[in-house]
Amino acid sequence: MVSQETPAKRSTAKIQVRGLNFYYGPRQALYDISLGIAEKKITALIGPSGCGKSTFLRTLNRMHELVRQARAEGQLLLDGEDIMSMDVTRLRRRVGMVFQKSNPFPKTIFENVAYGLRVNGYPKGRPLADLVEASLKRAALWDEVKDSLHKSAYALSGGQQQRLCIARALAVNPEVLLLDEPCSALDPIATAKIEELLFALRESCTIVIVTHNMQQAARVADYTGFFLMGRLVEFDETKVVFTRPRRRETEDYITGRFG
Amino acid sequence: MNRPFFMRKLVNALMLSLCGVCALVSVSVLFIILGYLLWNGGRFLTWTFLTRLPTPVGEPGGGMANAIVGSGKVLLLAALTGVPVGFVGGIYLAEFGGRVFPFLVRYTADLLNGVPSIVMGIFAYTVVVLPMHHFSTLAGGLALGAMLIPIVLRSTEEFLRAVPQSLREGALALGASKSRAIATVVIPAGFQGIATGILLALARVAGETAPLIFTSANNRFWSRGWNQPTATLPVMIWTYASSAYEDWHRQAWAAGLILLMLVLVANAGARLILARRTSVAR
Amino acid sequence: MATPPLVIDQLHAAGRGGRVRAFIERLRSGDEIAHLITLVFAASIFLLTVLLVYELYVNCALPRHKFGWGFFFSRTWDPVFENFGALPFIYGTVVTSLVALLIAVPMGVGAAIFLAELAPPHLSDALTFVIELLAAVPSVIFGVLGIFVLVPILRSQVEPFLKATLGFLPFFQGPIYGIGYLAASVVLAIMIVPFVLSISREVLLAVPREEREAALALGATRWEATWKVVVPYARAGIFGSVCLALARALGETMAVTMVIGNEPKISASLFAPGYSMAAVIANEFAEATGDLHVQALIELGLVLFVLTMIINALARLLILLTTKQGTAHP
Repeated sequence: MVSQETPAKRSTAKIQVRGLNFYYGPRQALYDISLGIAEKKITALIGPSGCGKSTFLRTLNRMHELVRQARAEGQLLLDGEDIMSMDVTRLRRRVGMVFQKSNPFPKTIFENVAYGLRVNGYPKGRPLADLVEASLKRAALWDEVKDSLHKSAYALSGGQQQRLCIARALAVNPEVLLLDEPCSALDPIATAKIEELLFALRESCTIVIVTHNMQQAARVADYTGFFLMGRLVEFDETKVVFTRPRRRETEDYITGRFG
Repeated sequence: MNRPFFMRKLVNALMLSLCGVCALVSVSVLFIILGYLLWNGGRFLTWTFLTRLPTPVGEPGGGMANAIVGSGKVLLLAALTGVPVGFVGGIYLAEFGGRVFPFLVRYTADLLNGVPSIVMGIFAYTVVVLPMHHFSTLAGGLALGAMLIPIVLRSTEEFLRAVPQSLREGALALGASKSRAIATVVIPAGFQGIATGILLALARVAGETAPLIFTSANNRFWSRGWNQPTATLPVMIWTYASSAYEDWHRQAWAAGLILLMLVLVANAGARLILARRTSVAR
Repeated sequence: MATPPLVIDQLHAAGRGGRVRAFIERLRSGDEIAHLITLVFAASIFLLTVLLVYELYVNCALPRHKFGWGFFFSRTWDPVFENFGALPFIYGTVVTSLVALLIAVPMGVGAAIFLAELAPPHLSDALTFVIELLAAVPSVIFGVLGIFVLVPILRSQVEPFLKATLGFLPFFQGPIYGIGYLAASVVLAIMIVPFVLSISREVLLAVPREEREAALALGATRWEATWKVVVPYARAGIFGSVCLALARALGETMAVTMVIGNEPKISASLFAPGYSMAAVIANEFAEATGDLHVQALIELGLVLFVLTMIINALARLLILLTTKQGTAHP
């Protein structure tokens, strides 16, 4: 077993993964993945498409259970607690997720952000409107939408929709935020805004981001993991991965020789 | 292909124009029907016709108020019984189903949809009229309700399937349970389509005559209750059109116009809403 | 790798316990309950179907025992002496449906070819919209137009013409009433054209573009490409649409009742009045005297049910095979 736990020390790991194997029916998609996700840092997962990085991300809040015949084996710990046997709704409240394609609900902007709060309940004594406002501010969207809170979320631009989805995820105050290629459908300006946002969020949140864009990983991430054909080939501090990769495959990938 | 080129061109032109003629004839039927009904029915459509009870043959000024209300009551019963069953069953097919069982449900629904409506009438007769020993509004409503189930089931399923998977994921990722996500995100997202589907289904059974003849039967007066027979527009049209009296024929035309208008407006409205919805979504 | 056995044991324990816990969790969140409730509603369609068959079967026990298979071969229908045979009705239903198909299939397929292959998309969509509205017209309306518009035309124009030109055939002989098999067939044809048309159009549109382009590139005329390449490619689906239309025609009640003449006789001439299964049920059920009469009518209903079920099942399968979207989703 290759130990890949070096960068994030056990003591500071928010999520600890050990020996994760993943299957879609008879087909194995992940092989013996072990790593630790550092608390209040940004961890980026890179690799060619189909390498299993999104699958891995989805097991972290058990979204893989939506896929028929999908099966994960291994140990996944969130603050030392077993993810697989945790109450799934509580898990997803603690570990939020933002998807590749923005998916606002066909409701108003306000109702979109309030959704998670309504579902999970929210602290008494603070009006819902305050919580919604706070989330929109954290997602740096407040100034753009404060006058149109009760308009349909579909009226927003693509980048705004994606930030709305981030605000929606932030509303329930998750400890970990998973982002699955959140910028793949956005233009460079909207992408830059989201990257800025991630930097700001690092103060309060542990972030895991899957990206096919290596520059993005190099810009935002503290740690980077490189996936290839279902295996975690390399995992280290971002600057190490990008400047002194230990594995030949990693070097080939980041220098653009394949993938 | 070794016929002379000229012949082939000729056959081509001939057959293609024949196809055009077929299309023209098929489409014009609707306008012919509309034209006849407007001409023959419109002349006799008066306010008293809508608000008065039928009069004995020969006595002028009769109306169909009881049949219009009766149709409404039968449809209401049908909607109350058929729509919930079809709607909830459709949710199962779209959101929960496995593989084999939903396939069987779908196939059965499609077969049931093809059962002649008169057979549905016999069914309602045996399960409601026979035990009660008399015709009733209730029996007519249940006959139409049974017809609604497969239609509503399939249309609900289709519109729920059209809701993007990403919305379900979004709700689940926020910690919503599956049933909560369905109730608060998936169904609202598909609601407009589902509602128009239900409207189409209602419009379809609203014109049914055969299942009502020996369930809700007919009544020359106001129906005195849900367990009493009632007049309905389609059955009245049939009775009056098949009669030998000029006056009743005129009333049949007028009632036909009302029924056709109700059905066509509901239908066209629902289809236009659906068409606009899909074009916006793309 | 210090304590591998322990880790594995823990995993197994978590797996089994996890499954139970996951179930309790789903139960608490309402998911299992919602699943169960919706399942029951969906399954009720089987209940409905089974109950339907059961009721029809049980409620025609009297004629089944009294007449046996002879019910289907006897030409007598005599409520007064309680002697019932279904043959005239089966004959009327089958003849009117087949003649209706003879008219409606070329018409519907021709129109579908026009809409799918020739018409510009906008026109095609608009015309399809009209056709769908035509399919929504209640059958009793077709009956009214049949009685007051179609029958007079048949009586004064069409049938005398047919008698004069094709009178040597047994189908076009005998006295002309207007009402009768031909009137019922024409009304049925008009009613089922929309079904043939809209499904055929869909099936034709599902034929891959390359198929027709290949034929055109080889120098075929538009018609040759359509008739020799596109239509054969779609023939199973078109056949399916014809079956669906046939099932409709067999079960169609009101319009037929109003124009077929309602006489339980068997005649070769299409001008003669006849009767169909659905029509006799509609006319006699409410006023039937005696249980045997009612049950004989119910047995006719059962026959109708079984016939349409078989044809529908076949049609759905065929459409499923060609468009892959008929009944079942993958």
